Amino acid sequence: MNFDDNPTEAQYRTKVRDWIAANKPNLSVLPPEERLVWTYGHKNAMRDWQATKSAGGYACITWPKEQGGAGGTQIEDVIFSQEETAAEIHDPYYITGLKMLIPAILKFNSDAKFAERVPLAVRGDEIWCQLFSEPSSGSDSAGIRTAAVRQDDEWVINGQKVWNSGAAHADYGLLITRTDPDQPKHKGLAAFWLKMDTPGLEVRPIKTMGGDSELNEVFFDDVRIPDDQRVGAVNDGWSVVLATLMNERAAIGQSNGLTWSDMMDLAASVPTDEGTVMDDDAFRDLIADLYVDLEARRLIGFRTLTAISRGQSPGPEGSAAKLLWSGGTQTMMSEALDMLGEFGLVQDSVLSPRAGAFQQRFLWSCGLRIGGGTDEIQKNIIAERVLGLPADVRVDKGVPFREIPSGR
Amino acid sequence: MDFDYTDEQKALKDEARRFLGDASPISVVRGVLENPERGHDAALWARVAEQGWCGAAIPEAYGGSEFGYVELCGLAEELGRSLAPVPFASSVYQFAEAVLAEGTEEQKLELLPAIASGEAIGTIAVSEGPGKVSAKRLATRYANGTLTGEKLPVADGMAAGKAVVLAMGSDGPVLVLTDLAGPGIDRRIVPTLDPTRGAAQIVFDNAPAQVLGAGGDGIAALARVHDRSAVLMSFEQLGGADRALEMARDYALERYAFGRPIGSYQAIKHKLADVFIRIEVARASAYYGAWALSTNAAELPVAAAAARIAGCNAYWQAAKENIQTHGGIGFTWEADPHLHYRRARHLGLVLGSAKAWKHKLTDRLEAQRAASNAERHAA
Repeated sequence: MNFDDNPTEAQYRTKVRDWIAANKPNLSVLPPEERLVWTYGHKNAMRDWQATKSAGGYACITWPKEQGGAGGTQIEDVIFSQEETAAEIHDPYYITGLKMLIPAILKFNSDAKFAERVPLAVRGDEIWCQLFSEPSSGSDSAGIRTAAVRQDDEWVINGQKVWNSGAAHADYGLLITRTDPDQPKHKGLAAFWLKMDTPGLEVRPIKTMGGDSELNEVFFDDVRIPDDQRVGAVNDGWSVVLATLMNERAAIGQSNGLTWSDMMDLAASVPTDEGTVMDDDAFRDLIADLYVDLEARRLIGFRTLTAISRGQSPGPEGSAAKLLWSGGTQTMMSEALDMLGEFGLVQDSVLSPRAGAFQQRFLWSCGLRIGGGTDEIQKNIIAERVLGLPADVRVDKGVPFREIPSGR
Repeated sequence: MDFDYTDEQKALKDEARRFLGDASPISVVRGVLENPERGHDAALWARVAEQGWCGAAIPEAYGGSEFGYVELCGLAEELGRSLAPVPFASSVYQFAEAVLAEGTEEQKLELLPAIASGEAIGTIAVSEGPGKVSAKRLATRYANGTLTGEKLPVADGMAAGKAVVLAMGSDGPVLVLTDLAGPGIDRRIVPTLDPTRGAAQIVFDNAPAQVLGAGGDGIAALARVHDRSAVLMSFEQLGGADRALEMARDYALERYAFGRPIGSYQAIKHKLADVFIRIEVARASAYYGAWALSTNAAELPVAAAAARIAGCNAYWQAAKENIQTHGGIGFTWEADPHLHYRRARHLGLVLGSAKAWKHKLTDRLEAQRAASNAERHAA
């Protein structure tokens, strides 16, 4: 049991901290509304930051040098991310491509055409997005209906994707389609990579209940993709999905946002007759509960890291960590509103504490419980993969996909 | 970063699990349950002592085997899992830690070798009745080298020969050492929720006693000792919780209703997943506590309180949902789930309730933040 950096790690941390301080993007030159994530100003600043990291040898730290990486260790990668977070650099644009999609595609495709894309992504020239979910395929992630029909050396794609994070900003996407509806659900799929400006492809941003538009719908109307952009074998697209989701599990655990200490700060600023909300016994109990759960989430991340640094694959504790985070955040934000009393209703960048961040996170937390595997799916994962309990009764098992009831 | 047991520590833990599987089967636990006057299983205690476990964290200079604190945590996890009916927690996590942390060199040399070998059993006597003990209401008196008053309950108070006692001295609360086999002591068995960990009511009538260490604020000293005990105890809670969840899982796989295993219903799956999450929180918090304890880190007070709260929650959740998953059979004396239900509350009350620890945790977080803010201002 050891939490300290070893001397090599400590040295690396000092080095990258200094480097980040000297090179970090200066968002203050942007107009205030362009400093927010998923705006073009912010994206361009992060594109420059990715290029700076790449030139400095800090992009894709764990990748081999010939792929544009730094040939570094997992721990170095984690230390660098921790220091980025500490420097308040929030970059959601490149993680999907560099941590999840490209490593998965490289497991299946070794051709020159795809290989060309890799250094461009590392340098920040190209952003990638995931085109998996559909209106009828959310938790039921193999229920893909977007059709791919072969015509000579091309595939013709028709259908719709949804909840695609960052699709409006992305240059490339990894797409899952149905190639054979006469096969059972998990068979008969195929994956493709494609340019997001391919003719017939249309991205429409979704305004979420929080008011932002990180998520999108993507429509395919006779979109033609050459067969040499297929990832893996025809009818084996499910393997590509699994490879991507494995990477997602390993990428979980780095995050930022309001936590128990922000709640203590807020409480200390809210007056009561006795002093502040910090003097309220019920609130003090709540702080202890929040600390235990949110700190455990951070510590569980260290357990994942320990497994990785020992060369083991991360365990299912990632699902537990996600549930602690999503549930904990929503509870915490609701409690923050309660503590403010009627004033908790006010969501204003000037009048509200922290420019309305508590209200904003309160709305946003609903999505946290749904995206990246719902609370319920995470619990199924724990019950089935950790505890070894039986899978639910499946009425679609072994049934040709086109015969599965869809409620329509 | 290395946030797990080492291979050697795992090997020791595996060995302990094998040993306890043989030495402390459920029949041994039930032997004490059915005969509560025994308080613990003396034969099992002798075998545990033979392993050198009692001295796992006691330096060789005081007769210990000095395996280390993380090793002791691993043993605690296995003792908790097996429900071993022995006074290990009172003697090792509490009494030995009190003497090690607060005692004089002379007291350590005099008392610890017998504790390390298991020849002697120690405990700590704090509670005097309903409610939390405080400086204001502490009634047991220490004056002129003698103790007078009553402690109720004292975990393993019948088995123990030595005790650290919280008493009111001439300058305020103080921790003192007394010989429970000596004069001026009247003790009797007190029935508790968990008969597999015996307890006593002890009346002191001018019992000879001496101040532990240099004396000083006994409440603060007890808090320091409790932090150390809480980390070790959280591993017993973790082991017990793991076992209770396993029992629930096994039963959910074997019990059929409406033509399928009850473990295939999401009502059961999600409930047990929730228990798993509580256990992962307890595991992460306990490991962090083990790190803080083994390195004497400044984070110990916060880490210990978090480990305590998470350990109490996890074992309670696992124990009660184990009974619920078993249904009617889980409510019977013959089925084993109630043994964990009892033990979960025993471990959750000795050292004070989770609620009391929440207050401590928030106090400590507040102090920590005040200190770091002051530091930032100074810089």
